[in-house]
Amino acid sequence: MAANGKRRGGVRLVHLLLAVPFAAMIAIGFYNRSEPALAGIPFFYWYQLLWIPLGALLLLPVYRAEERARKNGANGDTDRGKGDGA
Amino acid sequence: MSSGINATASAVFVVLFGAVTILGFFAARWRRGDLSQLNEWGLGGRRFGTIVTWFLLGGDLYTAYTFVAVPALMFGAGAIGFFAVPYTILVYPVLFAVFPRLWSVARQHGYVTAADFVRGRFGNHALALAIAVTGIVATMPYIALQLVGIEVVIAGLGIHGELPLVLAFVILAAYTYTSGLRAPAMIAVIKDLLIYITIIAAVIFIPAELGGFAKIFAAVDPAKLTIAAGNASNWGGESAYVTLALGSALALFLYPHAVTGVLSSSSRHVIRRNAVVLPAYSLALGLIALLGYMALASGVKEMPAYADGFARFGANYAVPALFLQMFPSWFVGVAFAAIAIGALVPAAIMSIACANLFTRNIYREYINPQCSGAQESQVAKIASLVVKVGALFFILALPQAYAIQLQLLGGIWIIQTLPSVLIGLYTRWLNPWALLAGWACGIGVGTAMAASLHFKGSIFALHILGVTIPCYAALSALVLNVTVSVVLSFAFNAASPGTRADATAAADYV
Repeated sequence: MAANGKRRGGVRLVHLLLAVPFAAMIAIGFYNRSEPALAGIPFFYWYQLLWIPLGALLLLPVYRAEERARKNGANGDTDRGKGDGA
Repeated sequence: MSSGINATASAVFVVLFGAVTILGFFAARWRRGDLSQLNEWGLGGRRFGTIVTWFLLGGDLYTAYTFVAVPALMFGAGAIGFFAVPYTILVYPVLFAVFPRLWSVARQHGYVTAADFVRGRFGNHALALAIAVTGIVATMPYIALQLVGIEVVIAGLGIHGELPLVLAFVILAAYTYTSGLRAPAMIAVIKDLLIYITIIAAVIFIPAELGGFAKIFAAVDPAKLTIAAGNASNWGGESAYVTLALGSALALFLYPHAVTGVLSSSSRHVIRRNAVVLPAYSLALGLIALLGYMALASGVKEMPAYADGFARFGANYAVPALFLQMFPSWFVGVAFAAIAIGALVPAAIMSIACANLFTRNIYREYINPQCSGAQESQVAKIASLVVKVGALFFILALPQAYAIQLQLLGGIWIIQTLPSVLIGLYTRWLNPWALLAGWACGIGVGTAMAASLHFKGSIFALHILGVTIPCYAALSALVLNVTVSVVLSFAFNAASPGTRADATAAADYV
């Protein structure tokens, strides 16, 4: 970490959202069960299938925050890679 | 099948396969570039936008692994096979957070491979060589898995002998050679179309035919419907399940073909955007995994028509048998073509990625440092052929009760490059010699664990303070690797203080 100085504090906090799916998947003691079933699908299966869209939705606010930071960066923030305007 | 060739299905299959082959050769003209340059042949000129990258990464990630190997594990072993779902859920936060950094630094310095980056970052040739060799070796069993997928559907068509597989193999090799990365990128679009048609048909038609999901799950042995629960002294299947998902997710984007997919995109934002939209594929993967249970419910295992297939391919034959049983012949042709093309696309990307590694990090580094751009590209084309032959070796040499073991074995190896590549993207504090030692320990112990299971499994039970913890060998070997790397870094850095060579600067990563 020491090698790369400046970090944008706001972006950092929202990055915690990226850890949420890990917590949801590591908690196997919670979802390793058959009940309650949904439309004949045991809990174990539909819980994990549900986390596919949830995981994608959690990425959205992080994406937005980074896009905002990038646009602010374009207006004079120093933390911008050279030649990375694409 | 003993009943002979399924003519309708075979005809549809051959037509679709032929169309894709023509497209593969035609791809050389698409977004025309100088294919005698590695950057053009092996990275498509780094010009792929969000949509092409979506198809390319999708073609990378959802392969015969998804369509054959995962349902086969569900079919044979039950709930444990569903680990592929949490695996794909966890892949995207990693892709999103980490890999735009790799893209940026690679663009800044013209890196084509992960080993290029490691060499620039740590200034250590031995470490870069280790990363390159690991990438090539770890990808071979993954390509082998694709070939198993093609083999299974060809047998499903009732065609005997090795000739069709060899033919498919030659076609793949030929258009990869001429068109480079443009070929799989273009074919990936057709592949996805066919796959989606197949999946939608499968998840609407088959459950209805079998009497609904409740009936399908009722066909599964209740003991296999959830993971064997753990207790205080033995964590049971639960720790195996979670470590399989975690280990696979961390390993995926270290694979050379995934790095190639990432680096060929036109900007870091393309990568982020794709991390948000690619999970649409995962939903398909979850549904495909359940095909394993549908195969159980359909009773194909007991039907004499499929006895030959199951005898030859074991559980890997579950999905082909299910399709043959449930679909009309012409649609079997479509579905099998989807699986075969879905295996060809990643096999092409994988062999290109390995060729990039060999050329950049072995040939130009050690054999012919003065090579021209054209020579470099030529060597890569030939290397892409050699790698495919290496993949054949894995098919012949390893037992194949479950094809997924091929991919899990590759994961044990490739994940050992994580400290150098992934942690290296954030800090240069780790000492390259310490990283090399950690890598050697991880590879050695990981391989030993897989060998102790006779390469038939990758869940190795650790015994720690009287507690038995079954764990995916990739993850336990990685923990050892990181520990060794960190501890030795303290020692080595203390012994020789001062800054090491680093071709990259902090601003290159953002």
